[in-house]
Amino acid sequence: MTDKADHSSGISRRALLNRGLASAAMMAVTSALVPASGSRASGGPPVATPKHKEMRLLSDRPLNMEAPAHLLDTAVTEADRLFVRNNGLMPVNPNSASWELLIDGESVTSPTSFTLDQLRSAFEVISLQITLECGGNGRSEFDPPAPGNQWTTGAVGCPKWTGVRLRDVLEKVGIRDDAVYIGYYGSDTHLSGDPNKVPISRGVPMHKALEPETLLAFAMNDAPIPIEHGYPLRLVVGGWPGSVCGKWLERIQVRNKVHDGPKMTGNAYRVPCEPVARGSQVADDAMCIIESMPVKSLITTPRSGMLCSVGDTLRVGGFAWAGDDAVDSVDISADFGVTWTRAALEKPVNRFAWQRFNYALPLKKTGYFEVWAKATDQSGRSQPMVVPGWNPKGYLNNACHRIAIQVV
Amino acid sequence: MRGRLSALVMILGGVAFLFGAADAMSAESPLIDGEGVQIVNAQCGVCHSLALVAQNRADRAGWRALIRWMQDKHGLWPLGEFEAPILDYLETHYAPAAVGRRRPLAPALMPELSTGEKR
Repeated sequence: MTDKADHSSGISRRALLNRGLASAAMMAVTSALVPASGSRASGGPPVATPKHKEMRLLSDRPLNMEAPAHLLDTAVTEADRLFVRNNGLMPVNPNSASWELLIDGESVTSPTSFTLDQLRSAFEVISLQITLECGGNGRSEFDPPAPGNQWTTGAVGCPKWTGVRLRDVLEKVGIRDDAVYIGYYGSDTHLSGDPNKVPISRGVPMHKALEPETLLAFAMNDAPIPIEHGYPLRLVVGGWPGSVCGKWLERIQVRNKVHDGPKMTGNAYRVPCEPVARGSQVADDAMCIIESMPVKSLITTPRSGMLCSVGDTLRVGGFAWAGDDAVDSVDISADFGVTWTRAALEKPVNRFAWQRFNYALPLKKTGYFEVWAKATDQSGRSQPMVVPGWNPKGYLNNACHRIAIQVV
Repeated sequence: MRGRLSALVMILGGVAFLFGAADAMSAESPLIDGEGVQIVNAQCGVCHSLALVAQNRADRAGWRALIRWMQDKHGLWPLGEFEAPILDYLETHYAPAAVGRRRPLAPALMPELSTGEKR
């Protein structure tokens, strides 16, 4: 198999086979789901980004992939290493020229549709770097296990998004004083094939929808958004679970009550309103909607498993983010949490962008070491060293990231 | 078997999905081989990747709850006579292991103790 053939499926077949995750069935279906690579500049149909060969495929139907930590060592996450979290099947060849976004709902005075050109020309276009993290990132660590995709640490990234403010569009359309929540609808389809089933339709309260950083985005990293990330239009809402950022966006309803679309209700994207012991049964009415994600950090260099030389100084670096808050500090331990030392921390380029940290670790002794990172937000909340509160669906694991090195 | 599944899919209105399901059925499954694996491949692989099964762990009650959730929310049909062998298979091969409050780093993340650069 040539490298070119590898890329035509959008992901490296060899890498998958090496990981023992792939079967012929997965290959066949993944090839069908991830359109062949081609030139965007030609104006042809949208194409999926060929994903980096080290991306970890969790499921091909629906498509779900995460990045090993060391792939995320760039300030702006490239498309080939941004995690993919799909609930349904992606639309096939959506047409950006005829694409329309409908704004309607109980609290809209006059329902209005916009083409993408109308959005671009009628409203100020802005670019922001906004961190997206799946609410279930880290789910694989819960005990007893929580059902769903078993994300480790890689369902996070911070690309640059370009679009218009949702606030500007809603103000132009006109919303009533009784508005409570927005709910999005996209053009993805349910796994069962039932055309009457919506795979996912979530949203945020009005105060979040009207924040100046909440975008209707039509570009990612200065290119059209890749199909698996929502081409041609998606919501980008900073600091909350990625699932509020609806992809392949066709419709936003402004609701006069908390939105009740699929995966807003029951126990989806909810955690127990009060903490529970591991393995507890929790009734749906005792589950509360996740809002801001918690403070978290990721060591992106070196990659875990490095052999290092004694006497050297090891550069430990990565990123930290804090949901609606900002990161105040990042501390590093190389002795299992016995001592912590403060890393250098950069300011975010804008609200909701992750923040680079750097630390020079002197390697004074030989042996096995784990390097742990612990971020603290501006409200004084830190990452726990063990897995935080168990919850039935396995959300919000922000335990400190650990990598291993051997000093020889 | 494929004819039976195709009929099921069509009953569910998933005609457009037929080809994907047929692909999944005719190819190799990522699941551990064992008694009942073919039933799991056939019933579970119609709608979603079998890798979703393989990456999850639960006891019998947990797997049953997942089946009920798919039936309540996602259009899974009644499994009838297949439910018991499916649960037998899943609780045998995909049971949770007790890992405590935090498990060790995964083997793939560990240094190799042989000489020289690891990568």
